[in-house]
Amino acid sequence: MTTLPPETGKKLGLVIDLDICVGCQACVTSCKEWNTGGHSAPLSDHDPYGADPSGAWLNRVHSYEYEKAGVSRTVHFPRSCLHCEEPACVTVCPTGASYKRIEDGIVLVNPDTCIGCKLCSWACPYGAREYDHDDGVMKKCTLCVDRIYNETIPEEDRVPSCVRACPTGARAFGDLGDPDSAVSKSVAAREGFGLLEEFGYKPVNRYLPPREAAPRAVVAEPQGETASLPNPRSAVERLFAWADRALSH
Amino acid sequence: MSAEPVVNLNQPVADRVAKTTCYMCACRCGIDVHITDGKVRYIDGNRDHPVNRGVICGKGSAGIMQHYSPARLRAPMRRVGPRGSGEFEEISWDEALALATDWLGEVRRSDPRRLAFFTGRDQSQSLTGFWAMQYGTPNFAAHGGFCSVNMAAGGLYTFGGAFWEFGDPDWDLTKYFMLFGVAEDHASNPIKIGIGKLKSRGAKVVSINPVRTGYNAVADEWVGIRPGTDGLFVGALIHELFRTRQVDLDYLIRYTNAPWLVIEAPGAADDGLFARDEAGAPLVWDKASGGLASGLGPDVQPVLTGRRTLADGRMARPVFELMAERYLDPTYSPEAVAEGTGVPAEQIRRLAAEIAHVAFREEIVLDQPWTDWTGRRHEKMIGRPVSMHAMRGISAHSNGFQTCRMIHILQILLGSIDCPGGFRYKPPYPRQAPPWLLPHGASRDVRPDEPLGGPHLGFPLGPQHLLLNEDDSPARIDKGFSWDAPMSAHGLMHMVINNAATKDPYGIDVLFMYMANMAWNSSMNVGGTIEALTRKDENGDYVIPKIIYSDSYYSETVPYADLILPDTTYLERWDCISLLDRPISEADMAADSIRWPVVEPDRDVRGFQEVLIDLGGRLGLPAFTNADGSPKYPGGYPDYIVNHQRKPGIGPLAGWRGADGTKTGNGAPNPQQLDRYIENGSFFAHHLKPEQAYFKHANRDYLTWAVEMGFRTVPLPTIFQLYSEPVQAFRLAAEGHGTRQPPETHRARIARYFDPLPFWYPPFEGSLVDEALYPLHAITQRPMHMYHSWGSQNAWLRQITAANRLYIHHDLGAQTGVTDDDWVWLASHLGRVKCQVRLMEGVNPDTVWTWNAIGKRRGAWNLSDDAPEMKEGFLLNHLISELLPKGGGGYRYSNSDPITGQAAWFDLRVNIAPADGAGATEPMFEPLGHAQLPPAPGKLAYGSQFRKAKT
Amino acid sequence: MHPAYSVIFFTTSSGAGYGLLFWLSLLHAAGGAPDGRWSLLAILVMALVLITLGLLASTLHLGHPERAIGALSQWRSSWLSREGLAALATYVPAGLLALVWLFGIGTAWSVPLALLSAAGAVATVYCTGMIYASLPTIREWNMPMVPAIYLVLTAASGALILATLLALFGAASGWVALLTIATLMAAAALKWLYWARIDANPGKYTDEMAIGIPGASAIRQLDPPHTRPNYVMREMGYLVGRKHARRLRRIALASLCGLPLLLVLLALLWHAAAPFLLIVATLSAAVGLLIERWLFFAEASHVSMLYYGRKRA
Ligand SMILES: Nc1nc2c(c(=O)[nH]1)N[C@H]1C(S)=C(S)[C@@H](COP(=O)(O)OP(=O)(O)OC[C@H]3O[C@@H](n4cnc5c(=O)[nH]c(N)nc54)[C@H](O)[C@@H]3O)O[C@H]1N2
Ligand SMILES: Nc1nc2c(c(=O)[nH]1)N[C@H]1C(S)=C(S)[C@@H](COP(=O)(O)OP(=O)(O)OC[C@H]3O[C@@H](n4cnc5c(=O)[nH]c(N)nc54)[C@H](O)[C@@H]3O)O[C@H]1N2
Ligand code: SF4
Ligand code: SF4
Ligand code: SF4
Ligand code: SF4
Ligand code: SF4
Ligand SMILES: [Mo]
Repeated sequence: MTTLPPETGKKLGLVIDLDICVGCQACVTSCKEWNTGGHSAPLSDHDPYGADPSGAWLNRVHSYEYEKAGVSRTVHFPRSCLHCEEPACVTVCPTGASYKRIEDGIVLVNPDTCIGCKLCSWACPYGAREYDHDDGVMKKCTLCVDRIYNETIPEEDRVPSCVRACPTGARAFGDLGDPDSAVSKSVAAREGFGLLEEFGYKPVNRYLPPREAAPRAVVAEPQGETASLPNPRSAVERLFAWADRALSH
Repeated sequence: MSAEPVVNLNQPVADRVAKTTCYMCACRCGIDVHITDGKVRYIDGNRDHPVNRGVICGKGSAGIMQHYSPARLRAPMRRVGPRGSGEFEEISWDEALALATDWLGEVRRSDPRRLAFFTGRDQSQSLTGFWAMQYGTPNFAAHGGFCSVNMAAGGLYTFGGAFWEFGDPDWDLTKYFMLFGVAEDHASNPIKIGIGKLKSRGAKVVSINPVRTGYNAVADEWVGIRPGTDGLFVGALIHELFRTRQVDLDYLIRYTNAPWLVIEAPGAADDGLFARDEAGAPLVWDKASGGLASGLGPDVQPVLTGRRTLADGRMARPVFELMAERYLDPTYSPEAVAEGTGVPAEQIRRLAAEIAHVAFREEIVLDQPWTDWTGRRHEKMIGRPVSMHAMRGISAHSNGFQTCRMIHILQILLGSIDCPGGFRYKPPYPRQAPPWLLPHGASRDVRPDEPLGGPHLGFPLGPQHLLLNEDDSPARIDKGFSWDAPMSAHGLMHMVINNAATKDPYGIDVLFMYMANMAWNSSMNVGGTIEALTRKDENGDYVIPKIIYSDSYYSETVPYADLILPDTTYLERWDCISLLDRPISEADMAADSIRWPVVEPDRDVRGFQEVLIDLGGRLGLPAFTNADGSPKYPGGYPDYIVNHQRKPGIGPLAGWRGADGTKTGNGAPNPQQLDRYIENGSFFAHHLKPEQAYFKHANRDYLTWAVEMGFRTVPLPTIFQLYSEPVQAFRLAAEGHGTRQPPETHRARIARYFDPLPFWYPPFEGSLVDEALYPLHAITQRPMHMYHSWGSQNAWLRQITAANRLYIHHDLGAQTGVTDDDWVWLASHLGRVKCQVRLMEGVNPDTVWTWNAIGKRRGAWNLSDDAPEMKEGFLLNHLISELLPKGGGGYRYSNSDPITGQAAWFDLRVNIAPADGAGATEPMFEPLGHAQLPPAPGKLAYGSQFRKAKT
Repeated sequence: MHPAYSVIFFTTSSGAGYGLLFWLSLLHAAGGAPDGRWSLLAILVMALVLITLGLLASTLHLGHPERAIGALSQWRSSWLSREGLAALATYVPAGLLALVWLFGIGTAWSVPLALLSAAGAVATVYCTGMIYASLPTIREWNMPMVPAIYLVLTAASGALILATLLALFGAASGWVALLTIATLMAAAALKWLYWARIDANPGKYTDEMAIGIPGASAIRQLDPPHTRPNYVMREMGYLVGRKHARRLRRIALASLCGLPLLLVLLALLWHAAAPFLLIVATLSAAVGLLIERWLFFAEASHVSMLYYGRKRA
């Protein structure tokens, strides 16, 4: 299975709006709780109450400061698997446990055949694969494949857990292969970009850049009509005169 | 080539879904708890819920790990070793309740004042307050005094609402949003949903905050203000609005006391009070009649300017004039405030012009007729789409009350309170400004074995309403409603332990606390608080003789209590989030909600409210006992929720009242009420009609409905108090008028800070310490994914944050010669803390900050002694003194706002110096004993059981 | 990259085994092998033991060694799969050769079997090298030189062991010694070149590319996603300090090539001490090889670390 499908039916993925993300970590813990009981259950934790707590997480949020046009900004930056179109994380896998679904392009690990050699995680430039020491297999974002088609849950909930959770609405899910999908349109409108495109894996997930605030129209001293008031007068007197006149209309 | 493996795409999530209310924080979102084999499989947001509309935050999603925390208490415990040793013996509930009844009963029979009952982050204050009233002690409050009472009092005294949970920006319509001093707030999900909406719509978000993270990072404009100077900044915005004559005069006349005449008679006992007619109505100058008239009349046409002569020949001026003069004073010009605030004058001018532009040139007109309180019909609703929100960045300063009032004045000048696109009240708000509710608990009201005459907390209108003893000393242990903090609408929980230990104003016998980690992150001066909890008298007895505490987890406070009443987790108990307390209403609906036990406790624990009602019966408190002495609510808390009536027809829950469940708000108890709530997702929401949705302070249809619901007593409007007469009443006393005057130690302070028109003054700590020695401001922020101390026991959340750093500006790093992860000493006038730094750009250069409540004490929370929380995690609380340094008068005031008693956490002034070597944080306290806890697991594979279930 | 001891041991031990197998086979085919099938067999068994120990060690770092057989399935795309297949395939001629020598039958078969074994050894080690060289995420590995280094180090370590064993069996061969000298020198040269190359290459990927925000510069990580290292940080984030690495490089070269070269030369001149000198040379080379392999991992920087505060990779 390790060879990549020449083409996938859909290109399902996430679109993350960096202009809105406040770094609240909801997508992170929601992902953890869904997936620790889902397709790749469990997502184990080591030393959970001790000195060096760590565990398997499929989604993480960083925060960075950067400069743009001389202005310093802070950005919160969620990261999970980008479900690349041509990822070596799949082709390096010796067992075929790693595969890209032909139907929708989701990159998955088969937890029943993975031998835990970790090679795929070495091949991922995004650090998106997570070895579960306890379970001995590789874990990764499943794009919540066990939610998005799940007929036992209401249709409106058939979206990834992280998208369902995100309080600000910074995350969207859809078919990025379909130019008419809502996600593709927002990517087109906002000049969405992929991460480390130079690398050549053709990531599917897109990011919408922080917006530049548009300058706003202002009229500095709109009540210019008080020019007719005799000068010079103090600001207080001008205000009172204006208030009197305004109220006598 | 093998085929793709088969993935079960249709695995059912769980056996069942139970809809209840989250309590991973105070936001009270609706959650769907998915349960398999009695174990929680998944928690997500309830799509129908008014608060979160389906989304869930980082904490809420980690609820599973909170619920299964290894730090959960397991059974009632009685202390057997010394306080702090953590040596307890487990006892039965019968023993625990008998012991508590014994301790509490004795105090009630002798002197009820000797019980201090403080309930921390309590969501059931309508019950706990009522219980305390029934008990008869004056000493009750929850956490509001150390949290954000400045926002509550500032708002309620000004316009009968407040930012603090009592209102929201009009997220759907606002075009310009200003966020003052907020990192996360109680409205955790609603703010996130709202900011998402604004950003998607292209509305402008301006953040005023010394730190640029979280919400403030996505703001379109960041104003990195110097802490404690917002009053200057807002004053300058007001200055600009007045200077450019961009204020909503009609709105001022219609809804505010701007035209009311203020007596100008320096030295007189009524100087600065409103001129009133014989009926007590404030006077205005009426243009129509060309004379004085009642400002409350529906048909007056008041003017805003002109010094007028009163009937007695004295002079009076409208509030508008006084206000304009105050803010047009050059001290509030953008140029004058630029240095103090660190905000350039031209930026302030531009921001003022922008808000004015949006308010007056981008107004919103809704085609929605409505009728005002006078009966006048208005064809349209006109909105000024500028909205604001503020929280602890404003309130946690000693000038917070006045600064908060100033922000409200800014809103009101723009005409943006409860209009489309502005700030919107949530029912039961607006109340009257201030609410018609006086505090109770003066010494004459306190009698053995008798309930108090009314609720503890309220809104004094002057010195006559203070809670004092015959000798004018404070009647309350926290000195609330005394000259120390006359308008302390939420009490001063942060002073209780210290005052009790120093017996100032008096000693107590029992300290009874619930849900507050007072021996750690919620106290100022942690070391001093621990010392107070363990202080002994000359006989070797504890000065605070008995401490009863209810917690769910092994927090830092548990080992200091003598009797532990272990609470359940939030998924295991009944709860009631009532309109009588702090409800979950949204702007266009009145709503309340419940929690119910969706999973069974596996420990010998009981819901605290359950226990309180039980104790009420055992103590024979009138409202909790039948005439024959039997308990009134044998069915416990659910029984109380359904059957208790505060007034006939009004009970804890508003939904499905009346015997058949058809009544809303007012109706007989309905035995099926809780079932209806559970069926409906554990909440009830009554939606307002479109004509009631705005201008609620003056909207006849809304006001009449509010009276029916019992929110208000009369359908009269709320008139915005730009000028606050109660504040002036206190000042007059300080100026020597009236029979009740402040003691000499307090006189100058009251005279100065009780200004009826808000003004800016420097925060106290900065003016009392040598600013050259402590040049920096130090503040904290809440991490969005952690709730105070609760989060660190959570196996998932602590993987995100298990240690904190001190964030400092690059320039400060360069000056100090430190860089990322270097250890430094951070020192204040109280002490010093050793911690590690992280450099950043997005912080006010004179400010350092850290995440709140990450540091933990060894022995607590069932974490190992070498956990990062213990070794690297640190609190600023060690540096914050609960008492100010001695000022001129030699009296040590509490480190609080002089008006409300709000704890001034963010006044802290510090300096920084490199520390030698590495090691661990300091101060480092002795580890707490914790023999009662089971060992915490070395690894977790939560969820593997669900995978097995699958195959 | 995190230097996992199991992988270090695997690649060095089985590498040496394959080298030994390779040279033994060639020697045999060229007719230069010592007489007597027992010494041949002993050397062959030695090779197979080194190979097998290495392979077993490599399964130690697997999460599910019991499923290892599945790793043979993806030879179309996976160098790891190919390596596994090549390793297994090599066992066939090598095993048969062992049988031939054990039972002393059909000597006509031994040369083709030896040639096949040699080819298998080359193929396997080449695949091992390609596992690393094919990873574009790690610039210190993603070089054509890497399989060459693996091959030449295999050759050198195999030759040295062969020389040692022959000396022990009293069949020291000047040719093998020269071979050893040549391969050790080649190894030193290649490694030298390799280090020069990786030092000269700052990495073509930047944190700006990683974050991707158009126009963003001067990126600094404010808060990492976790305050304690996670899997990615532990596995990909390991990076040995520059100074430390330099010192280790010198030590590695000295003990892998320098000292063995001297000792082999000495052994050529002083026959009587040859077995002892060569054993010392082998041990020294083994230490050098382990250090070299440790460095191979510890000096490798992973692109994903751009998200954790590194500027280039
Ligand atoms: N430096 C600094 N200090 C601060 C602040 C700051 O900004 N900076 N903020 C202050 C403010 S505003 C506040 S409100 C306080 C908050 O401080 P606290 O109110 O003390 O908040 P928590 O740390 O959450 O502690 C509450 C206690 O409730 C317990 N608990 C949790 N769930 C339950 C339950 O279901 N039942 C019971 N019975 N107990 C439970 C927890 O175990 C914990 O011991 O901190 C204050 N301290
Ligand atoms: N996730 C999470 N949510 C919580 C809590 C929690 O612990 N965790 N706690 C709850 C509680 S009890 C409360 S009270 C609320 C509090 O919610 P917030 O009001 O958001 O309280 P803080 O996190 O203390 O944030 C204070 C903000 O004010 C800024 N600030 C400090 N001084 C000044 C100043 O002088 N001027 C201005 N403009 N800004 C200033 C700080 O940088 C910080 O961003 O949050 C509630 N919600
Ligand atoms: S992000 Fe990484 S794991 Fe995901 S498909 Fe791309 S290379 Fe593979
Ligand atoms: S760890 Fe599992 S999925 Fe990854 S390459 Fe190895 S076998 Fe394949
Ligand atoms: S799509 Fe699912 S698995 Fe992937 S990050 Fe979101 S929640 Fe996690
Ligand atoms: S849940 Fe949404 S806002 Fe929160 S960190 Fe994730 S993407 Fe950002
Ligand atoms: S905001 Fe608070 S109440 Fe709402 S889901 Fe999060 S933790 Fe729960
Ligand atoms: Mo609070």
